[in-house]
Amino acid sequence: MSGGWIVSYAELIIRLRWLVILGSVALAVALGSGGQFLGFSTDYRVFFGKENPQLKAFESMQQIYTKDDNILFVLQPRDGEVFTPEMLGAIRELTEASWQLPFSRRVDSITNFQHSYAQGDDLTVEDLVPARAGLTTEKIAAIRATALGEPLLINRLIAPDARTTGVNVTLTLPGESESEVPVAMAAAREIVEAFRERHPDITVAVTGLVALNNAFSEASFADLATLIPIMYGIIIAGLLIFLRSIAGTIATLLVVGLSAGTAMGLTGWLGINLTPPSSTAPTIILTLAVADSIHLLVTLLHAMRQGASKREAIIESLRVNFNPIFLTSLTTAIGFLSLNFSDAPPFRDLGNITAMGVIAAWIYSVSFLPAFLAVVPLRVKRQTTGSNDLMQRLAEFVLRRRQPLLYGMTALVIALAVWIPRIELNDQFVNYFDPSIQFRTDTDFAMENLSGIYQIEFSLPAAAEGGISEPEYLTKVDAFSDWLREQPGVVHVQTITDIFRRLNKNMHGDDPDWYRLPDERNLAAQYLLLFEMSLPYGLDLNNQINVDKSSLRFLATLENMTTREARVLKQNSEAWIAANIPASVTEATSPFVMFAYISERNIISMLTGTGLALVLISLSLIIALRSLRVGLLSIIPNVIPAVMAFGIWGLLVGEIGLASSVVAATSLGIIVDDSVHFLSKYLRARRERGASPEDAVRYAFATVGRALSVTSAVLVAGFGTLALSAFELNQSLGLLTALAIFAALVADFLLLPPLLLAIDKEKKHADEPKALPQAGE
Amino acid sequence: MRMNRKLFLKLENNKVLLAVTLVMLAAASTSAFGETPEEKGLAIAEEVDRRDLGFGDSSSLLKMELTNKQGQSSTRELRILTLEVPERAEGDKSLVVFDHPRDIEGTAFLSFTKILDPDDQWLYLPALKRVKRISSANKSGPFVGSEFAYEDLLSQEVDKYDYRWLRDEACGEAADGLACFVIERFPRYENSGYARQVTWIDQQEYRPIRIDFYDRKDSLLKTLTLSRYNQYLGQYWRADDQYMVNHQTGKTTRLTFDEWELRVGVNESDFNPNRLKRLR
Repeated sequence: MSGGWIVSYAELIIRLRWLVILGSVALAVALGSGGQFLGFSTDYRVFFGKENPQLKAFESMQQIYTKDDNILFVLQPRDGEVFTPEMLGAIRELTEASWQLPFSRRVDSITNFQHSYAQGDDLTVEDLVPARAGLTTEKIAAIRATALGEPLLINRLIAPDARTTGVNVTLTLPGESESEVPVAMAAAREIVEAFRERHPDITVAVTGLVALNNAFSEASFADLATLIPIMYGIIIAGLLIFLRSIAGTIATLLVVGLSAGTAMGLTGWLGINLTPPSSTAPTIILTLAVADSIHLLVTLLHAMRQGASKREAIIESLRVNFNPIFLTSLTTAIGFLSLNFSDAPPFRDLGNITAMGVIAAWIYSVSFLPAFLAVVPLRVKRQTTGSNDLMQRLAEFVLRRRQPLLYGMTALVIALAVWIPRIELNDQFVNYFDPSIQFRTDTDFAMENLSGIYQIEFSLPAAAEGGISEPEYLTKVDAFSDWLREQPGVVHVQTITDIFRRLNKNMHGDDPDWYRLPDERNLAAQYLLLFEMSLPYGLDLNNQINVDKSSLRFLATLENMTTREARVLKQNSEAWIAANIPASVTEATSPFVMFAYISERNIISMLTGTGLALVLISLSLIIALRSLRVGLLSIIPNVIPAVMAFGIWGLLVGEIGLASSVVAATSLGIIVDDSVHFLSKYLRARRERGASPEDAVRYAFATVGRALSVTSAVLVAGFGTLALSAFELNQSLGLLTALAIFAALVADFLLLPPLLLAIDKEKKHADEPKALPQAGE
Repeated sequence: MRMNRKLFLKLENNKVLLAVTLVMLAAASTSAFGETPEEKGLAIAEEVDRRDLGFGDSSSLLKMELTNKQGQSSTRELRILTLEVPERAEGDKSLVVFDHPRDIEGTAFLSFTKILDPDDQWLYLPALKRVKRISSANKSGPFVGSEFAYEDLLSQEVDKYDYRWLRDEACGEAADGLACFVIERFPRYENSGYARQVTWIDQQEYRPIRIDFYDRKDSLLKTLTLSRYNQYLGQYWRADDQYMVNHQTGKTTRLTFDEWELRVGVNESDFNPNRLKRLR
């Protein structure tokens, strides 16, 4: 391909340079103005596609009972004892204030716990810590004993050591606007602020699902605010060092800036809300867009250093790079677009935004960049010899040691691959957040001092309407809650059978012998009626009993367990129910359960996506390189970097979450660029110059070796930057991709040439070698 | 209004600006020219109460249909017997007996409404065969799992609230063609689940047509619509249909009243806690 039309195109760009510059900027501004519509998602549910079975199970549970989100205030007095008059007063105060939280529907604390007790035939139901109670020492001792002995409170709202307590606010978010969560959270923080001022000696932490949701938008925002400036810094430093051209550096910065701006603007126009994964898109786009410019600039500056005029150099650079840049942009876009197979919408967004950015970068690189360079003054020092000594030596080394390298690299890949099965999938969503996010530290505090944050829920249907009062049913579900309490990692089980027991005791003059389940259906039903009649607003049982009293909801609170342990617990619980209460077969659910399966589901869904990306990318290569053999061969250096990266991860880290599912696809689209550039130069030498395979390898090293090292360095630095993200998924995604990119460079330099030489041997005789011009031309 | 105009005319020759200001003030608060919105609100509430005075006692059958967001529903049936207590400082006495579902059949709930203190309440559980006196300040919880709070259904008394008249307007769909007073009322008793309620009262017969309930943080929680009114004894209006929608949870409860009877002749002794056992 001599690229006659590309030369004409390049000349046209140079002639219309001002128009191209203005047109590019105008396009970027028009599209980029969509950035004003960008919003941050504030709902953990965005991680689950509409068809996700765990989400569906959870939503149906919420439909039957109540749709709850919560804010949990965790309180710990410095003096180490919750049951003091001051502390109880403070809890009452916070409980009262919490009713004012937007969207709140219910507030639970040890002070407003509905304590019931009997005196003869009088039954009293009142707050455990009544408003105007004289809190004498005896009264406080009684309150303490009740709270610590109450199965509904202990390990949930009061720690067994009585050092830490909680005020749990249940909210029903209408789900009409993304601002609901930040509004509720801001109000909660205001309450806490005021509370801390009045009670400086009480430690307060804020957690719960609303805090979690809010943390997602905070993490997204933190990433945008910190990663992008760092990324620009890395790019500027990298470019100045490698290109040694200020004009070139400025041109590249403009290209990457315009690309990222265009993509984010389009995101805004399309109404995509940012999530922590997709908020890394601008950083990734900056990284990827740099590569296009670097390839163009390296060739251009090289030509000028060799004595070409700027105009000649621009045309030559476009001629040599137009096709490879198109191809690498295409393959990178395919890799990211394959994220649409992911089950988690944030990754689909990440893929689509990045693909838009990559396409924008390609357009600006072949239009704006040459036009801009045609306008600005570009000075280089003339160099008679190439600066590719290092690359020449590397080429000679590879050619000399091709056999040992082939075997050595194969051995290395296998040695790393065996570590992959040791990677354990874990999605403890609290750990998604870096300790720099308040939610993480507060939640860790809550888990350490009060109770778990992870929960698992069951809805146990009874035989018929009103069937929850049947003694047989109650006995069975009670046995289930007993069994559940014995399971490792279960901290607390909320079950209505505890309320039945207490009422039965109350109705028999508080005789402890009657602390047992009612043995008659009518009695249980009438207890329930009695209890419901005497509850205050918000503290009803609608969150635990369905409308026709035919099923009960159980809520188990778990300690800080891994999602593998959660999956085991879920399966064991379902198996226990199936074996012991076959009529109540049910599926355990909860946000934690949803996250427990998210990685597996995404890996399975991404297998198709990654496979399809591999096929499409290999096809693109075969077509573009016009060689089936070389195209197929390229699969090897394109696949093994991911294998090596995961192997290293298995060896050094061992645990990974959701990020793992997408790394293979995204890194494939990026690392394939190295082989595209290397192979296109190799084939150009073979075809245009009739070089021998050995000389073609030398030519490839000489022409793109340096550019590949530079782009890889920028890409590794760029994705490595994601390690600074506030969001663990992004950290893993960035580090794994950086590893894969580094592995790809190693594979392309050390494995690809020996492979090429191995398969290209017999062709040597077919293609008559012609006189070879000097390498490095 | 006439006073308004007169005042305006008198001032017209002088300072128009002052006049406009005064008229605007007058529109914002009628205090200068008669009753305050608070007085007007109270007067309307008293008129509602006055028109219902003297019904003596009433009995009705009540079907309660509970529906959740998904449309699943469940019904309860009960009888309500009310004895009017004419003294304003005391509330009425009510007796609720459950007929359906079967497992709560015969359960009886007796309450003597108080104005600001917790009501006196007794409950008879047939399965336990005992009458229990319940001491609880709570009136705001759901009545048998419905969207009606105990305080919405029973124990409505004038002096439980402070009032404020808001405006006059058409009653809306529930009572087409009628004009309504819209008044706000603020619970005076402790432990109410509400910050306030806004009620629509029809101007012709002084019947409540609609009530909006605002929770403690003053967000709209529920709307009650009362319809299918019938007049008894040529004076007393009773709604056969009361429909409550919870805007926050999407759940609804419809109360359908049947067989309203007034002055059936029950007396104090029927409201004796010790007689709960013998009801059926």
